[in-house]
Amino acid sequence: MSDLFVRYLLRQGDRALVLSQQLSAWVTHVHDLEEEMAVANISLDLIGQARTLYAYAGETEGSGRTEDDLAYWRPAEDFQNPLLVEQPNGDFAMTMVRQFLHDSWAALYWQAMTESVDDTLAALAGKAAKETAYHLRHAKSWVIRMGDGTEESHQRAQTALDHLWGYTDALFDSDDAEIAVVAKNIGIDPTNFRPAWLTGVAAVFAEATLHQPVAAQRRGGRDGLHQPGFDQLIEEMQSVARAHPGAQW
Amino acid sequence: MTGMPLARVRRAIEAVEDPELPQVTIGDLGIVRSVAVEGGVARVALTPTFTGCPAMGVIIEDVGTAIETLGLRPAIDTVLAPAWSPDWITADGRRKLLEAGIAPPVGSGGQDLDTLLSLPSPCPRCGSIRTRRLSEFGATACKAPHVCDACKEPFEGFKPL
Repeated sequence: MSDLFVRYLLRQGDRALVLSQQLSAWVTHVHDLEEEMAVANISLDLIGQARTLYAYAGETEGSGRTEDDLAYWRPAEDFQNPLLVEQPNGDFAMTMVRQFLHDSWAALYWQAMTESVDDTLAALAGKAAKETAYHLRHAKSWVIRMGDGTEESHQRAQTALDHLWGYTDALFDSDDAEIAVVAKNIGIDPTNFRPAWLTGVAAVFAEATLHQPVAAQRRGGRDGLHQPGFDQLIEEMQSVARAHPGAQW
Repeated sequence: MTGMPLARVRRAIEAVEDPELPQVTIGDLGIVRSVAVEGGVARVALTPTFTGCPAMGVIIEDVGTAIETLGLRPAIDTVLAPAWSPDWITADGRRKLLEAGIAPPVGSGGQDLDTLLSLPSPCPRCGSIRTRRLSEFGATACKAPHVCDACKEPFEGFKPL
């Protein structure tokens, strides 16, 4: 159980950290100051969530690996984030639709996790649920604004959704790690909140005048198999820590 | 040093300033969960306001220094449960925030997010509730920029999260 639980914690940490890293790449490139602050703040909250998950994984593992070891010293193929969060930033529409699909999932996930019998996860969920609900409001407002905006913004939002939709089924996958933690009421089976997720995103697509795509669904990520470009993403994220091992600042 | 009165240790810890909000102390913000002294060790539990609050590192160092100044050894834990809520900011803390031109959080932690965000933050300068949130995210994880339509002044307000 312990191995499976560690894998479960790492997966959730990887999801948060990879998305955080992606968002932080926007800093100094966003179209206005308010959005600079927004992407930086959302990225920061995700790092906070990842840190807690990694620290807990290290403690559960009992190997002495710290949160920094887990973030910066694992090879790319050890990361088990869903493929959705590693999709390239693209334009602002791609980034915000990605964020919206993710946050819609994460808001329901953390809300459900507040009921976990694991005190540490329930405590993290209490704060993460509030943070994520706040992020979701922001992403949702952008999806509506772009979808129901100009011809060009609509087209960009629809193109983003058409691409990203194929990575959403995988958000609800389970394997032995999830099944083990769900059996102990530590984790939650994501298929439980799938109807709520679908209803939520469909309502926003309707308001945004976006079509819910029919797309071939892709699997991967959770098995360590990633898409081209992922190695470079992780390499860049880890480069400072690896150039200066043990540095403190 | 034994027999250090607990109240004195607690006072010293609670007096540590928030590095991002030097107008208030960590006691004012309600993030000091517990303090215990035993055998020359002061054990403190702190709860971050946000999971990624970048001020926590400095706060932990400063609490350590405050404890060492009293001749005790620090043992500082970060405790997440229950999650920090703006309700924990003390009345004194709310007053100090207002004096510093920062609107304290509105509503209470039990209300749903849409309700909380629909409540106007009274302007810390003129008291008007004709205020608007300019953006959902601001210069620190816990605040957002606002403007008052009555006195036209911009101000920062605590997020109600």
